[in-house]
Amino acid sequence: MFHSETGVFKTSYAADMALLPLPVARWAVLGIALFFLFVVPLVFSAYLLTLVNLVLIAVVGAIGLDILTGYTGQISIGHGGFMSVGAYTAANLIVRLGVPFWLAIPAGGLMAALIGIIVGIPSLRIKGIYLAIATLASQFIIAWTINHVTWISGGIEASIQVPPPSVFGWKLQTPEQLYFFLLFFAVLAIVATLNLMRSRIGRAFIAIRDQDIAAEIIGINIFRYKLYAFAISSFYAGVTGVLYTYYLGIANYEQFGIDVSINYLAMIIIGGLGSVLGAVFGAAFITILPEATRLFLTHFGGVLFSQDTIRTLVPNLTLILFGGLIIFFLIVEPEGLNRLWRNIRNYFRLWPFSY
Amino acid sequence: MAIAFAGLAQAEDKTILIGMQCDRTGPTQVVGTMLCPGTHDYIDLINSQGGVDGWKIDASEVDTAYQVPPAVEEYEHAKQQGAVGIMIYGTPQTEALNQRLEQDKMPGTSPGFGIAASGDGQYYPYLFPIAANYWSQGAAAVKFAKDQLGGSLKGKKIAYIFYDNPAGHEPMPVIEELSKVEGFQLQTFAVPPPGVDVSSQVLAIAQEYRPDFVIDHTFGKSPALIIKGLKQNGYPLTHVVALVWASGEADIMGAGGWSVAQGYNTMQFAGAGEDYPVIKEIQAMYKKEGKEPPAAMKSTVYYNRGVQQGALWVAAIKNALTLTHGQKPTPTDVKKGFEMIHDFTLGGLNAPLTITADDHEGGGWVKIFRVKDEGFVPETQWFRAYRDLIVDREHKTAQQMAKAN
Repeated sequence: MFHSETGVFKTSYAADMALLPLPVARWAVLGIALFFLFVVPLVFSAYLLTLVNLVLIAVVGAIGLDILTGYTGQISIGHGGFMSVGAYTAANLIVRLGVPFWLAIPAGGLMAALIGIIVGIPSLRIKGIYLAIATLASQFIIAWTINHVTWISGGIEASIQVPPPSVFGWKLQTPEQLYFFLLFFAVLAIVATLNLMRSRIGRAFIAIRDQDIAAEIIGINIFRYKLYAFAISSFYAGVTGVLYTYYLGIANYEQFGIDVSINYLAMIIIGGLGSVLGAVFGAAFITILPEATRLFLTHFGGVLFSQDTIRTLVPNLTLILFGGLIIFFLIVEPEGLNRLWRNIRNYFRLWPFSY
Repeated sequence: MAIAFAGLAQAEDKTILIGMQCDRTGPTQVVGTMLCPGTHDYIDLINSQGGVDGWKIDASEVDTAYQVPPAVEEYEHAKQQGAVGIMIYGTPQTEALNQRLEQDKMPGTSPGFGIAASGDGQYYPYLFPIAANYWSQGAAAVKFAKDQLGGSLKGKKIAYIFYDNPAGHEPMPVIEELSKVEGFQLQTFAVPPPGVDVSSQVLAIAQEYRPDFVIDHTFGKSPALIIKGLKQNGYPLTHVVALVWASGEADIMGAGGWSVAQGYNTMQFAGAGEDYPVIKEIQAMYKKEGKEPPAAMKSTVYYNRGVQQGALWVAAIKNALTLTHGQKPTPTDVKKGFEMIHDFTLGGLNAPLTITADDHEGGGWVKIFRVKDEGFVPETQWFRAYRDLIVDREHKTAQQMAKAN
């Protein structure tokens, strides 16, 4: 009824290529935009905003990894490393040269992209599990380098404190202020990726994922496009690193370990590989899961368990849920949360006349 | 439901909340699973005795799995719920929360890890290491080696084996500086993360370098492997001193038990063993409730550190309540409460800890316990070493940090 495609006529090429061809989609996006612009910052408490902020940062990183893994079919277990490259590049620029955020963020992204290209070179020769190990190696090489080169890490503590970002002289410090800052970049990442995937480059990525030999035969320069994929994906990872740095007020490579790389892979698997919306769902889901488990158990677990048991149960249950969900989605719904969402949407396409 | 909520609201009236970060999962879970029950047990003990001047203490725990984002999340949550401060766990977490603590005027503790320079209370007004930092530990290790080797280190050889991460690097400049002061030769051996293989480092120490003393600053699985390796290579464990995170029961067990680790010297900032009045009180509390004391209690090193952490917070809140005349203290009151802690020994479990507005480290005291028979036996009294040098370094580093920001 409200998701009806009848009566939508396209009379120009521009209309045909629009990102949101249906009126209902345009209204929905407007509604979501209003929700995030007004309702969330006004209604949510500082603590909930902190959670939302972490989701927004994760969204950028998850979309970046999705471009590489979901769209181009190249696996990477080194994205934590690219994040620390972005983080330290920006932190050094901010502290040493006083660079503003609108330069520091792209600079961090570009440096990560450069490293990403270097790491991506083996992908021209190797695939699958072999590429996974090659990217894993990059994770360790980057961490080692930052740990040992004090010129990069700013001292043996390997932590660089950065001042909060300032926009027109306003310092962004509270969760509310940072919320708008991070929302801007998350939206930018979403819109940019949606458009990228409809472009020549995006089509080439998908062709390489589906069958790289076929893609080469129809004239796609595999060499170039695989490196593009690594560069773009690492750029997003670098930006994620800078956003973390601004958000936490500190660049520290220990927070971008291998577990972070795995977490991001889990996000796009649970969200659904090869879709921007899936990456967003996955980022939100994985970030909120531990917090939701804890709140649920501390409020309602008292019925079944003693307080001591809950304390040990909560952290371990989160891990069990995390692993269980990945297995569940891999087996039952390989297309992830995004597929669940599409099922709901398709149901309403014909509703209430679904026959 | 309504009754439950009413009950909650009533209980909250006379409750002081502390945010508590733990690490029951993740890379250092061996510490968290032992330390956190200690803190809870001490706070339960105080609550069972009627609380602090009628106020109940509530430590709301969150597992961060040694990651930074959950630590920030939990901090904001605790702040929103009206916590008077936060127990931090982990060096990167401390670094990340430092700015927020200052901005929100919220005291935070980082016992035995964190930013070494934060002992300087003038530049780090809201961060409380409340135990010997890595610099003090490094200096104390050198002093201990000196005493064990007959009062002089001139011409002696010392090996420093460390976990190759920022925390592992931290004591190094102090030990290097002391090598010049005391005239000993220093060689460093890095154990790269995740630290599950130390064989080449151990061989290099025991067979090639053959030092007069070994300072071990490793974490996780490495300390046990180092004990075992040095023993197998015939190096005397009486000439090894471990800094505070390589000094737990778990490390001894991992090496093959007490019999293997005889003579191994461990550095502690809270006393090891069960022979303290406060531990007896906790045992009595469990007995009264008809329950067995928790298994974590057997791991006295980390458990006692947990008790110490709980006790210092309770002491700070008690002091804060004298400032507010029994009214609910603000985070700033608790900060002042910490700075009023004076000669706080907790029946010998603690060093004579004195925290002032200048010195948030509390003096930098440690005590060496040696493995003997089936337990840890005190080898020294509470002591500290090269205090001027450490304080000077804290001031200089803090000033540099202040200038950079």
